[in-house]
Amino acid sequence: MAKIKGAIVIDREHCKGCELCVTACPTDVIRMEKTVNGKGYHFAYMENPDACTGCANCAVVCPDGVITVYRKKIEEL
Amino acid sequence: MENQSVSTDEIVREENLVYKKTSLMTSKALSYCPGCGHGVVHRIIAEVIDEMGIQADTIGVAPVGCSVLAYEFLDIDMQQAAHGRAPAVATGIKRCWPDKFVFTYQGDGDLAAIGTAETIHACNRGENITIIFINNGIYGMTGGQMAPTTLPGMRSSTTPYGRDIALMGNPLKITEVVATLPGTYFVARHSVHTPLNARKTKKAMRMAFENQKLKKGLSFIEIVSNCNSGWKMTPTQANKWMEDNMFPYYPMGDIKVNGEMVKKKEEPKA
Repeated sequence: MAKIKGAIVIDREHCKGCELCVTACPTDVIRMEKTVNGKGYHFAYMENPDACTGCANCAVVCPDGVITVYRKKIEEL
Repeated sequence: MENQSVSTDEIVREENLVYKKTSLMTSKALSYCPGCGHGVVHRIIAEVIDEMGIQADTIGVAPVGCSVLAYEFLDIDMQQAAHGRAPAVATGIKRCWPDKFVFTYQGDGDLAAIGTAETIHACNRGENITIIFINNGIYGMTGGQMAPTTLPGMRSSTTPYGRDIALMGNPLKITEVVATLPGTYFVARHSVHTPLNARKTKKAMRMAFENQKLKKGLSFIEIVSNCNSGWKMTPTQANKWMEDNMFPYYPMGDIKVNGEMVKKKEEPKA
């Protein structure tokens, strides 16, 4: 059975740490980093990358459009 | 199950790209507060223009308010209008270039307070423009004062004990008002706080721009949004508060489609 795996890339310097992506993620992948970016905001990162399905929900609700989403179909043997 | 451990680097490749910020948004950092709905609405407009391939044929009219700098973030031709006068400016632009796509982007203080006359008359004339109305219930930019759309009992910097209906009147449902005018062709109310709602908004936005091609009349989209700085909440709390308090008064959905009022389903009585 093929499996869908996803990944997100976050533009750290443009993230404002609103945490809307954390609540939008259905598989609970995203968390906020303890460190801050150049503007002093805690930015988002992938805490649990294996669970990401690449649904792009986080990117759709991100007000600053900092999230880029990738998705790949992986054939399991 | 050896394929379980596919690394992130293997997925993050150009051929696997699903979603990326559209190139119609400039690389400037948005001037809005963290979690503000403006950013999502800007991106939805940019995506719709990008998908329709009308970047060179679109003219936007920026309002006065937080989104006064919208022309800095959208890579299209834009014009700045005086406070509330965006529909009048858009009327002029559309009449000069009837084949261009013209939209206004306005807040509730701009559209429903100082610009009520311009809004009502542009809607009544049925100009072939799109009006995008962001309703967050207060004047966000100037420090959270009461707007016509402020809810009863809602606190703002000029109503610290909550809006008193006897003294300050009722909140204005301007979207329902313009829907009754014969000039409007498509009127809808949406929000952008969840992925589902944002996708619905995009669909409605696409329809609103397509209607300009048909020259049927004015399309009006209200987007109920948050103002977490003005409401003194975190973005997540503000979205929750909006769902609990704003949505009962400003219900989501289409109000007028193809020039016909949408009949509301009667709720079954318990």
